[in-house]
This record gives sequence, C-alpha cells and structure tokens, in this order.
Amino acid sequence: MSKRVDFAIISDWIDQGSHILDLACGDGTLLSNLQKEKQVRGYGLDINPQNIQNCIERGVNVLEQNIDQGLGNFGDQSFDTVIMTQALQALQYPHLALDEMLRVGRECIVTFPNFGHWRCRWHLATKGRMPVSKFMPYTWYDTPNIHFCTFKDFEDLCRQKKLKIINRMVTDGLNRGGWRTHLLPNLMGEVAIYHLTRGE
Amino acid sequence: MPEDIPADSVGLVEPQTIHFDQPLQLSCGQILNEYDLVIETYGELNAQMSNGILICHALSGHHHAAGYHSMEDRKPGWWDNFIGPGKPLDTDQFFIVSLNNLGGCHGSTGPTSINPETGKCYGSDFPMVTVEDWVESQARLADHLGIKQWAAVVGGSLGGMQTLYWSMAHPERLRHAVVIASASKLSAQNIAFNEVARQAIRSDENFRDGQYLEQGTLPKSGLGLARMVGHITYLSDDAMGQKFGRELKNEEFSFDYGVQFQIESYLRYQAENFSGNFDANTYLLMTRALDYFDPARKFNDDLSEALSSASANFLLVSFTTDWRFSPERSREIVDALLEAGKQVSYLEVDAPQGHDAFLMNIPRYVNAVAGYMKRIAAECKEASA
Repeated sequence: MSKRVDFAIISDWIDQGSHILDLACGDGTLLSNLQKEKQVRGYGLDINPQNIQNCIERGVNVLEQNIDQGLGNFGDQSFDTVIMTQALQALQYPHLALDEMLRVGRECIVTFPNFGHWRCRWHLATKGRMPVSKFMPYTWYDTPNIHFCTFKDFEDLCRQKKLKIINRMVTDGLNRGGWRTHLLPNLMGEVAIYHLTRGE
Repeated sequence: MPEDIPADSVGLVEPQTIHFDQPLQLSCGQILNEYDLVIETYGELNAQMSNGILICHALSGHHHAAGYHSMEDRKPGWWDNFIGPGKPLDTDQFFIVSLNNLGGCHGSTGPTSINPETGKCYGSDFPMVTVEDWVESQARLADHLGIKQWAAVVGGSLGGMQTLYWSMAHPERLRHAVVIASASKLSAQNIAFNEVARQAIRSDENFRDGQYLEQGTLPKSGLGLARMVGHITYLSDDAMGQKFGRELKNEEFSFDYGVQFQIESYLRYQAENFSGNFDANTYLLMTRALDYFDPARKFNDDLSEALSSASANFLLVSFTTDWRFSPERSREIVDALLEAGKQVSYLEVDAPQGHDAFLMNIPRYVNAVAGYMKRIAAECKEASA
C-alpha cells in the first residue's frame, strides 16, 4: 500500500473490477495498487520514459501518449473511471481534458494542488514572490505547472460545465484532512481530490 | 572472429534441421507435401515447457539469431545483442527458438531447395508463402518441440507481423506478443518500394524467369539494386547524413560515374555483400508476403475485430525516425487493441536510426524489452512454483 494519502482515498472510491484509465500515471504505483486491491483492468498514460519503464517493470499496461493531444483514440464511455492525479495543473487545456475524461469515462477522479492554501497566500503576501515550497518546488519560469487554481476556481469550472461532484476530499498532504481542512478547505487544504460525473 | 566467446554470449551454436511430412496447405492454394525448417535454440526448456520464446525474423533474417557457428565467424547472430545470458531475452530464463521461415534461403525449404517432384531446384516454382503460412508452419514447429504455449512470441518488422498474426490465429498458444517496429499492413508507399526492388530483380537479364540456378546464372546486380533501395528506406535521412554526409571517397571529383561519395561506396558494398548471400527468389517472395499481410481485410478492414480473438498481453515499440514502419502504424495496432479491450503497453522510442533501430542497442528500447521479459520470467517461475 502506498503511503500517498490521495491514493488511499482514490482506492476507496474505485469499484472492484473496474475498467480504469490513469492519465499521467507516473511510475504506475496507483494502478499497480488498484490491480492488487480492486482487481481493476486498464491502462496508464504517460510521456516520461523513466515512468514508462517503471510501469512496465511493475506489470502495469502503459501507453506512451501525450494527454495534451487528446484522448481521441479512446471510445466514448469506454472506462468506468478516468483518473488524473497531480497533472491537471500541468496541462495545456485543463478544461478540455476534463471534457475528454468524462467523454471516455463514466466518472473521473482528479487531484490537484490548491493554490489557495494558506502557505501560498502567505508566501505571495509577505514576499511578493511566486510560492516555492517542498510541495511545489519549481521556479516560475521552468515549472511544468502552468495552470494553477484554487479549490474555489475548480468548483466554478465544475459548475460551468454542469459536472456533478460525487465526492470530494481535501488533504493537507499527509493526512486525510483534519478539522481544519474541513472547516476551511480552500485555506487549509493542500491537495484536493474530486470525484466527478456528468450532471443530469 | 571472436578470440574468446564473450561471457554474455550463448556461445557456439548448431542449427538443426527438422523435417515435416504432414502436408501444409498454403494460402495460395498449393500444398507443400513435405518441408524442412532450420532452427536454432538457446537456453533450456523448463519441466513445465512454459518458458519457450519464439523469435520471428524480418525480411532478410534467418535462424541464426545469436551466438557463433565457429570460432572463425566474423560476426555473431543477427540479434545477438538481445539474446544471451543476462540479456533482454535471457537464455538463463527462457528457451528461445529461432527459425528460418519457409521460402527462405538459409536451409529451410525454399526456392533454392530441390523440388522432390522434379529433382531440380524449385526456383520460381516455389509456391508463394504468406505470413499466415509461416505462422502455421511455426505452430507445427511448436508441436514438434512439445511447446503448447509460448511464454512470448517476439518479432520486429515482418517478424512483428507474424507475431501479430500468432495472437489472432492461435490465441491460446502464446501469453505475450512483442511487436516491434511493425504494422498491421503496408502502406502504398511501402508496397511501392517493394515493387521497385522486385522490378530490379526481375529485369536483370540473369534472372531467367527465376530459373537462374538451373541455368547457372545469378541476378546479382538486380538483387543488389533491390537491397540498395531497401537500405535507403531502413535508415533515416539524419542517420545517413550523420554516417556519411557528403564525404568523398577521394579528395577531388573525377567527373565520371564511379564511386565518388562515401554513401555510394556503402550502398555498393551492401549490395555486393547481400547479393552474394541471399537468394533473389526468396527476396521476391518475402516482399510479397509483406505486401499481402492485412489481417483486417477479412473483417471489413476492422483491425480491432480481427484482434478480438487475441488473448495475449501485448508490448509494442516504435521508433520516432522510422519512416518505413512509422510510429503511426504501431499506434494503429495499439488503438485497435484498445478498442478490443486487450492488454497492451506501447513505447515510442526516440532514436535517430530509422527502421534499423529495432536491431540496435538503444538503451531505452533494450531496458523496456528487458523489463517486460523479466515480468514474463517471473510469471513462468510463479506458475511453476
């Protein structure tokens, strides 16, 4: 079992034997865990050679494919759940990616870092500089993260797109979110995990 | 010549000839009543007979994939960098079988063999064979070896087509299919190159309608020319530029049509070398087999339908500068497999070498195949534990 708390939460939200597509699947840890715990079938997509190698070694189906170029090779509603962890902010068109995820999947699960977290706000307010932290360690000019948002921003987008939020969870990076993250998620939460489907 | 056999080599190997006397019905309608297949094997078949790997060769390949035939050999087998103890196709883990396909010219029954009905060389009378026929003959080879199910069938280019067809025709007989730099059918451009090659051979006055062996001639210039065309298409513009550029053989132009540029010298050398070691009828036949392969044809051109019978796990690899079997062709196969809901992994390796990349030691490619094969080896062990 992975130590990553977002993976544990995602696993709770996945049905046994589901058909899963994991976008920007990284080294395949999540899919590998889901294969063992939930007997899921499916594929991971990634473009990083080392990640792809790790997936192969783990026995995870991995396809070298750039999500920014769409998911045109996947049929409508061909997956139960499409997952994307910590990649939304690195995409060229996050809003279009969401559309694609819910075209090829019945449901999707997205996780992303919260730019509204108090530390980011504090950094920007006191130093007047773009936040750099252990969690987001890049300088502004060479960061892969080009579309930051806050939880509020994301929920606005979901409303605009008439997406239904089945479930959401905010973590402070280490835990499943204590009372602080429940009370003030947009201020105290570091990572958001959203479980979405198309609204009726 | 290897002064010492390297530690990661399979060492000295000996081909075996296996005779089959059960008639083989060919796609063209003819029947081969009996035939020989020449094979080499590397590694040991385990007690469960579950660790067999079949290597399918490409256009000009043959059974000698790894090791040396004698201490006088200049070079090892054609895929020696992949096959051996500790190599990606690890002979400490797997029993690897490599054959010369029917119609070949390295010992298996083909145009240079004696036709038992006439007592003369088959020549152009050798029936046309297809990828489907090869797979059928390979399945009989598996029967002969006692292998009910391959751990994997592996092939690049034309070999990848055989691998793909194995997965459709005998789904229960392989657990993994490794399809490298291949395609589910040739494009018009690809068929065009093959036609130029064939015309070069057939218009050589020494071709004699394919009966050159009987008449004691050899269409060497035609076959050489065919190989030149092939060679150009196997390399990328970049790779050729890097290797030869505009380098001259001598310092000054000589204002004639002799060899001036290094690339000309290279092509002529390849042509000369190849035409002395390969049979023109085999070349015709192998290029035709390439042209004809199109398993989706029987399924209204729906490749995913054609693949619906498959149950193997697939690994596909393509190379960015390969324009003869481009990444798009591999992605077509991947997409069809996705549509059919099959298990598949796909890699697009950044490599400057063009189609030839599939034979080379490109670290990312080598590691991926090695990583994939390690999983297969672990499965074999788990199953037998």
